[in-house]
Amino acid sequence: MQREAAIREPLILGNKSYKDITDDVVGPIEGAAPRTWKILVTLTGLVAFYGVGCILYLLGTGIGVWGLNKTVGWAWDITNFVWWVGIGHAGTLISAVLLLFRQKWRMAINRSAEAMTIFAVIMAAIFPGIHMGRIWVGYWVFPLPNQFGSLWVNFNSPLLWDVFAISTYFSVSLVFWYIGLVPDFATIRDRMVKPLPKKIYGILSFGWSGRAKNWTRFEEVSLVLAGIATPLVFSVHSIVSMDFATSVIPGWHTTIFPPYFVSGAVFSGFAMVQTLLLIMRKTMKLESYIHIKHIEYMNIVIIVTGSIVGVAYLTELFISWYSGVEYESYAFINRFSGPYSWAYWIMMTCNVITPQLYWFKKLRRSLTVTFILSIVVNIGMWFERYVIIVTSLHRDYNPSSWGEFHATTIDIGIFIGTLGIFFTLFLLFARFFPVLALNELKSILKSSGENYKKIDNHHH
Amino acid sequence: MMCQHCNHAPCETVCPVLATTHSNEGLNQMTYNRCIGTRYCANNCPYKVRRFNWFNYMGYDKFKNFNPSQDSLSRMVLNPDVTVRARGVMEKCSMCVQRIQTGKLDAKKAGTPVADGAVVSACSEACPTHAITFGDLNDNKSNVRGISQNNRAYHALEEVGVQPNIYYMAKVRNTEDQEA
Repeated sequence: MQREAAIREPLILGNKSYKDITDDVVGPIEGAAPRTWKILVTLTGLVAFYGVGCILYLLGTGIGVWGLNKTVGWAWDITNFVWWVGIGHAGTLISAVLLLFRQKWRMAINRSAEAMTIFAVIMAAIFPGIHMGRIWVGYWVFPLPNQFGSLWVNFNSPLLWDVFAISTYFSVSLVFWYIGLVPDFATIRDRMVKPLPKKIYGILSFGWSGRAKNWTRFEEVSLVLAGIATPLVFSVHSIVSMDFATSVIPGWHTTIFPPYFVSGAVFSGFAMVQTLLLIMRKTMKLESYIHIKHIEYMNIVIIVTGSIVGVAYLTELFISWYSGVEYESYAFINRFSGPYSWAYWIMMTCNVITPQLYWFKKLRRSLTVTFILSIVVNIGMWFERYVIIVTSLHRDYNPSSWGEFHATTIDIGIFIGTLGIFFTLFLLFARFFPVLALNELKSILKSSGENYKKIDNHHH
Repeated sequence: MMCQHCNHAPCETVCPVLATTHSNEGLNQMTYNRCIGTRYCANNCPYKVRRFNWFNYMGYDKFKNFNPSQDSLSRMVLNPDVTVRARGVMEKCSMCVQRIQTGKLDAKKAGTPVADGAVVSACSEACPTHAITFGDLNDNKSNVRGISQNNRAYHALEEVGVQPNIYYMAKVRNTEDQEA
């Protein structure tokens, strides 16, 4: 068995046995739904319904129900799209990249982070769909054989790259997540007494028997999928950034975008993981598995990616002046002093200052501070996309075509609605799915469990 | 401002479904029935000349008072040679492609090349001061070719590098007066 240095903080706190882990994870699924869960799911469900209503109104009436105009052709729609895709990135980073780097602490958070990824990518996918003027012919973006004189798609268009990037990302993430769930579904199946849930979890677990051969295959497939998913962490948001980077619009036409977007995505994704997990660990009593050390590790990722984002903002600002291109300079002067300067300064405050607070150990190990800042970061990251999209479009080359965007209730309603759908899905996940990778956690209990580490220390 | 019919059109490369393409005559064409309405082309246009059909203007009650073409009599204001654009598609100046097409067919029937001035765009025809000239730039002897080679001719936002097909003429100033 692998041994771990005694000075390393244990990853599983308390006096846990294998059975305790199973009980802690499967217990909530077996029991009746708690009252708080019912209240929360009702609330988020109502918000989700309101969002769906706004979407139906949009589809029935036309894109004009949004605040867009001839000058600003994208605003909240694509802002929300980029924001949600970005949030998804943390899940893939945790499950794939950290798996390749053998970071054991990921085992406590990977399951829910991956669920977050799946749900966030679904929310993201709503927007390119509904932002189309004619969604009913939206399937034309797929290179399908057809009888319109065999019209093909435009492989030069970054929007087409998006179609491939997002659909690949979604399928790989879904398969990766599901493969991880199989042994845990089997554990639930084995414990279930009621026939119907037993049958359902039996089907979901694909006849997993727990033999050594099953585990070998499981580990091989996980590693292969991690290898496939790792490049996706970098490619997906790079491609999303190319929607802007390949254009001719000052403020969009920037080579710095791919790395800047990827780090921004990981930054906001980890913040969302913190928001969700801090609530989840408390309400589901998972404090032994997701504890301060895990929170601290994630906050360190937030310092790193947040600082990269900060450097990118300043680089952009410097280059806009240094380039000597007057359109480019004006785009940035307009960002920090124009009609949308409030959005720029919200972005700068939330994304540049916030992560720097985590240099203080006290702050990065504080649950309250982490919870508040995780929300602040995601507000900042939403405004980052808003600033990039709206301030670049609203004033470009010809002052005669300048204009402004003002959000309507439908713009806001649809965004709030996707938050509702997202949290509803996450609550359903927390109720019916194993929220921790319990079988994986068991593999580190004897090397990183608190009680086992104590025994170990006595021996030496 | 009208569509500049760029030869390196930024709108054309970004459309995922090839709804806007370049014709072999140098026109930037918009295929309404292929458009899915992503509006990416409009965003990427440095001249911001594209217009989107935000609503079904022909059928939506909200526009009854503004859109005369909603009742069957007033509908006759619409040009019978031009498609009425549906909700959710992009549109822009087509350089009166319907007139070009008619001109080409007439010339074909007569068995002669299209004569300079035989096809005139609607804007050019309507302008009382002849401020707009339309023609074939590839025809060495055409009026528009001559004007394009004038020292006063320039492209709007030439520095963006989109190579427009539209020329503007610099204002004529009495420089001697200014020097004095």
